[in-house]
Amino acid sequence: MSGEQRLAAPMGLLIERDQPVSFSFEGRHYRGYKGDTIASALIGNGQWLMSRSFKYHRPRSALTMAGQDANTLVQLASDPNVLADRTPIAEALRVEGQNYAGTLENDRDAILGKFGRFMPVGFYYRAFYKPKGIWDWWEKIIRKKAGLGTVDLTATAGYHDKEFLHHDVVVVGSGPAGLQAALTAADGGASVLLVEENTLLGGSLTYSRFESTGVHADAVRSELVSQVEQHANIRVMTEAVCNAWFTDNWLPVIKGNRLYKVRAKECIIASGSYEQHVVFRNNDLPGVMMCSAADRLMKLYAVSPGKRAVILTGNDEGYLTALNLADQGTEVAAVIDMRAQPQSQSLADAVSQRGIRILHNSTVYEALPTAGNLHVRGVDVRTISGQGKVAPQSEIIDCDLLCMSAGFMPAYQLLCQAGAQLSYDDDKARFELTRLPQHLLIAGSVNGVYSLDAVMNDGKRAALNALQSLGLGQAQTLPEVHCEQQVNFNWPIFKHPQSKEFVDFDEDLQIKDIVNATRVGYRDVQLVKRFSTVGMGPSQGRHSALPTARLVANATDRTVSETGVTTARPPFVAEKLAVIAGRSFDPYRQSAMHHRHVALGAKMIPAGSWQRPAFYGAQERRLECIAAEADAVRNNVAVIDVSTLGGIELRGPDAAEMMNRIYTFGFLKQPVGRTRYAVLTNEQGVVVDDGVSCRFADDCFYVTATTTGVDGVYRNMTRWNAMWRLNVDITNVTSAFAAVNLAGPNSRKVLEKLTELDVSAAGFPYLACREGEIKTPLGNIPARLLRVGFVGELGYEIHVPSRYGEALWDIIMEAGAEFGIRPFGVETQRLLRLEKGHIIVSQDTDGMSHPGELSLDWAINRKKPFYVGCRSVDIVMAAEQTRKLVGFTLPAALMKSGSKPEEGHLVLRGADISGNITSCEYSPALDAIIGLAYVGTDQAENGSQFRVRVSGGREVEATVTALPFYDPDNQRQEM
Amino acid sequence: MPFSLLKYGLNNDYPFEKDADLPPPVPLKSHYDVVIIGGGGHGVATAYYLAKYHGITNVAILEKGYLGGGNTARNTAVIRSNYLTSEGVKFYAESVKLYQELSNEFDFNIMYSRRGQLTLAHTDSAIRAFRQRTEVNKHFGGKTELIGPQEIRELVPTLNMNPGHLPVLAGLWHMDGATARHDAVAWGYAKGATQRGAELHQLTEVTGIKTENGKVVGVKTNRGDVGCGVAVQAVSGHSSLLAEMAGFRLPIVTYPLQAMVTQPVKPFLNPLVSSPAYHCYVQQTGRGEIVIGGGSDPYPLYGTRSDLNLKEGLLAHAIELFPFMANLKLMRQWAGITDMTSDYSPIMGLSPVENYYLDAGWGTWGFKSTPICGKTMAELVASGGKVPDLIKPFAMDRFDTFRQVNEMGATAASH
Repeated sequence: MSGEQRLAAPMGLLIERDQPVSFSFEGRHYRGYKGDTIASALIGNGQWLMSRSFKYHRPRSALTMAGQDANTLVQLASDPNVLADRTPIAEALRVEGQNYAGTLENDRDAILGKFGRFMPVGFYYRAFYKPKGIWDWWEKIIRKKAGLGTVDLTATAGYHDKEFLHHDVVVVGSGPAGLQAALTAADGGASVLLVEENTLLGGSLTYSRFESTGVHADAVRSELVSQVEQHANIRVMTEAVCNAWFTDNWLPVIKGNRLYKVRAKECIIASGSYEQHVVFRNNDLPGVMMCSAADRLMKLYAVSPGKRAVILTGNDEGYLTALNLADQGTEVAAVIDMRAQPQSQSLADAVSQRGIRILHNSTVYEALPTAGNLHVRGVDVRTISGQGKVAPQSEIIDCDLLCMSAGFMPAYQLLCQAGAQLSYDDDKARFELTRLPQHLLIAGSVNGVYSLDAVMNDGKRAALNALQSLGLGQAQTLPEVHCEQQVNFNWPIFKHPQSKEFVDFDEDLQIKDIVNATRVGYRDVQLVKRFSTVGMGPSQGRHSALPTARLVANATDRTVSETGVTTARPPFVAEKLAVIAGRSFDPYRQSAMHHRHVALGAKMIPAGSWQRPAFYGAQERRLECIAAEADAVRNNVAVIDVSTLGGIELRGPDAAEMMNRIYTFGFLKQPVGRTRYAVLTNEQGVVVDDGVSCRFADDCFYVTATTTGVDGVYRNMTRWNAMWRLNVDITNVTSAFAAVNLAGPNSRKVLEKLTELDVSAAGFPYLACREGEIKTPLGNIPARLLRVGFVGELGYEIHVPSRYGEALWDIIMEAGAEFGIRPFGVETQRLLRLEKGHIIVSQDTDGMSHPGELSLDWAINRKKPFYVGCRSVDIVMAAEQTRKLVGFTLPAALMKSGSKPEEGHLVLRGADISGNITSCEYSPALDAIIGLAYVGTDQAENGSQFRVRVSGGREVEATVTALPFYDPDNQRQEM
Repeated sequence: MPFSLLKYGLNNDYPFEKDADLPPPVPLKSHYDVVIIGGGGHGVATAYYLAKYHGITNVAILEKGYLGGGNTARNTAVIRSNYLTSEGVKFYAESVKLYQELSNEFDFNIMYSRRGQLTLAHTDSAIRAFRQRTEVNKHFGGKTELIGPQEIRELVPTLNMNPGHLPVLAGLWHMDGATARHDAVAWGYAKGATQRGAELHQLTEVTGIKTENGKVVGVKTNRGDVGCGVAVQAVSGHSSLLAEMAGFRLPIVTYPLQAMVTQPVKPFLNPLVSSPAYHCYVQQTGRGEIVIGGGSDPYPLYGTRSDLNLKEGLLAHAIELFPFMANLKLMRQWAGITDMTSDYSPIMGLSPVENYYLDAGWGTWGFKSTPICGKTMAELVASGGKVPDLIKPFAMDRFDTFRQVNEMGATAASH
């Protein structure tokens, strides 16, 4: 089948009749035209059935033709839950139905509809749990039935990016109000962004008739659109959705694969309103749709929605649709008006003149289905005898199309996200938006204005308001906006003894489901939502919110205003995760020497955002490599890249005072050219970082911090100084320096070759620091040298500007070659420092570790008046201690039996946990297992034993051992 | 089809009055033995256990909004006990045990679903921390293991094991990890409490605490003053504000915490998966939606507005872990308000005001502790202020004595 059956132009604004497109649905091939959506092309081919409903698996088809309902959700190859009435067809596109067992046509699960009476609202709270444990079984079955589409687990994101935009005025929606608002604002000199979700500008002007002749709207539209498109101040963005309102008019606008992050000085929402359905039995059958959906099918896609139509309406809109249908050759069997009389008699006359029957005070009580509920075949029409009540006499009218309009609900989502309130006007039977925040304006039908002139005036008014705020344009009197048009029928809800009068199509909820939720105690509309799931489906209450509010108000004796609607949350329409995520950024850092490590076969591991060598060699030779590297440090010379170590520079007259307040030690009298251990506690007295403080001048400190801790340390320093106002500049220079630690008994010999500095034991003693130069064949490199003892051997940290990092590495490796220098990695360093009993903050400390537990009393100056955390440290140290970090040893033989404690294993005391292992390694130098552990204070005495539970639940006895394990007199590092 | 559904289906009069889960509203009395401020999970659970175990039913639960509408409604329903400290593990493990019985105890299905929770280690420091949590959990009888990449692949075949530069090295597999229908937990407790005589007053906001001689005597509300013998505050994100009304300060800083959910899709993910390194956790609900959550907002705030920045970062991370989720569609984004303590443990028990009991500081760990919290708070009330052993470690004065219960590492991005 193809487009021979399409209506003649000017119907079909969106399609290009000379560009046919082939696609498939459920394995069958169809043809449509460029510009068709999946839904319009399918209906154009007579294929109405598009999906199966969530709970009862009822056949569903287009309801709004505007992407506002879940009835058209289909599955593309890697995209579940795609809106068929919004997604264009493309050549060879493969479309499938979703959520069915068997075929879409013959869904075995449709049987669930028959059991509806056994599934009252919230039935799953009342069943499936007896006997105990049975839920586990039921859940698996129910989970399989839940969910709609299927995820393609092999899919990847594709390319998505972001762009920032700034505009004086952003207008959301390009209906008559939006177009007029954009023009007025642009004429006033504002830079305007006009956002329209459809392909065509014009909103309701593109499909709605507005008056009986049906010519006025087109003329208005072409005039406005041409002005907008030519206006230099207006940027038009079609097929773009403003998907949320965030604080201060921060608007995410999605167009294709791009997220525009738009900041608007003034924002005008002209988002229109959603036509509402009438709630009656079988109102979900394919062939039952909104009046506007039928209008759209004809006007936009030249698709005739049916041969014989019935219109069910609570306003004059239905009459306009009747005229549209009649003009396009559809027989209109009747206009069934729920009201006593139309508002515009001339419109009714125009309808009557076409020979169309009009019934007043009447409604469709039930839509009659064809076999399998696949389409509407007729309607049961009754006289309305009271609110929601009908007379017993019925008239059956045959039809294959039922168009309905119960009224309109403002597209309130963005506005409510911005804090606006919805209040219900009982006279007009509609919700209105009030209490808008500053710089946010509304215009058009979202503002309750419906007649075309009034809508355009309202757009102008909003724009003039915006210009006023912006201080642009000339002062003008604001146009008065009058609209007498009443569009909402107050009770378009007709209960049927056999139910299936759907309030919420997404969730298959009927009148009784909503009412019964209130009867079993869930009276608040939020509780009704949570209990019944009304409004929780993909369309997020666009059609269910209004009837739900009315039903709940009625059932709980409250006003509709008091009842309200549930909270609107972003996003406005479902948005692809990839669009919000944007390009995938995977931030990581590499030191200036990174490529040297890789070339040397290093096993790289993450350390914060950095990459560091763990050791050099193959993973399977890990222990051997580490042992060999350790041996080189202990007995020869080796070098480790410590560029990732944090570096913070403090300069200024108050630099020493700043250091003194931040770190626990005393720093006021730290001599120039000397280093000091620096411990940082937080306000709770917990040790949170450590480093080495170097004083290079009276007013210049260079202090190191841990790789992962430096950002926090820096942030805290600047935060504190925002309060203290000391005269000091604080700079995080971590990435400005590359650094190595050259360690081992032969390190001095290597360094001697590279510098003019006196590096003798007397000239450059332990804990001294120097500024000097490292010689290279290409010139000298400025360097900071620190004599440190972390690994317990003679050693020098050499810090140079990052750009010289690779050169530094190369020259050291070259100078050390004659001694057989080798690189060592982080894992080796961890072993070496453990042998010396040095803690690693964050490995050997936790969120509770205070200096007393860590035996860092010596690193605290208790005489100085203040440092961050001092009050807490004093209190904690004065209190009774509960645990202590101690060194321990175990026989090396345990390595063979696999009983070496691992970091994180527990220390026991009787049946209780008294501590845990924080570090544990086999030490080749000592041929023993050594480690650090928190133990109870009563377990901390040197030489005493404590139990550790190791892998497999076994327990071993560890012996508390004085630190350091290696070279207890510290002779080696002080050589 | 279960029998219970037949009986509804075959009777045209459903629902009967006796089927009501919650009674219709009643007038507020002038005095109650116990006033519970806050009709969230914790408040109604306290009322439930007061009635059930202690026969105390002259109780009013005062809720400013609707039942369970605060963090009970906003949390992402993770139930687990894989904490770090002995005090924490004992407490939460007891909660998990109670949870497993609730559906049958309530005669109301809370859809307790034991999926297991998998927390991913991307660094060796995470492995160390996870090993300790595993050992502490096992020590107290919990089902937790430290597992390797192969086992992770088997549990979650759809997980990207090499996201960016942070490959998955190991996992903390907590078999007791579970989820439940969060609203139903509050409803079940409210049903049980009101059926036993407690009164639930929704839309009733406490605006002041009345004390005499350092002792609570009543509360002011938007519906008038109410006298009481004992008051319990259980108000999740507003603990400090209530305490201020009662005349004291709590060591709490309050941050918003956001979460988001996709459209429903057919099941592909069974365990709850969490990655502290990516500040991201992902789980699939019974309805098929994917719930995604992460870290708190960076600054203190009482607002529940959503924001864009957090969503951008969080979804990027979720896609790192599950690349195919790029094509899923996000349906809803929301925020709750979390009362954070410095040690990531709650504040429970006595307060500086006599007979005014605290159930506060529930940060991001409140939902999972609902049953044990209700039970112990009821014990505290019924005993006239004798603090149960299980909650002694969470006393407010621990912030003066520095005897904190640090669960920071066991809380980040795992809620």
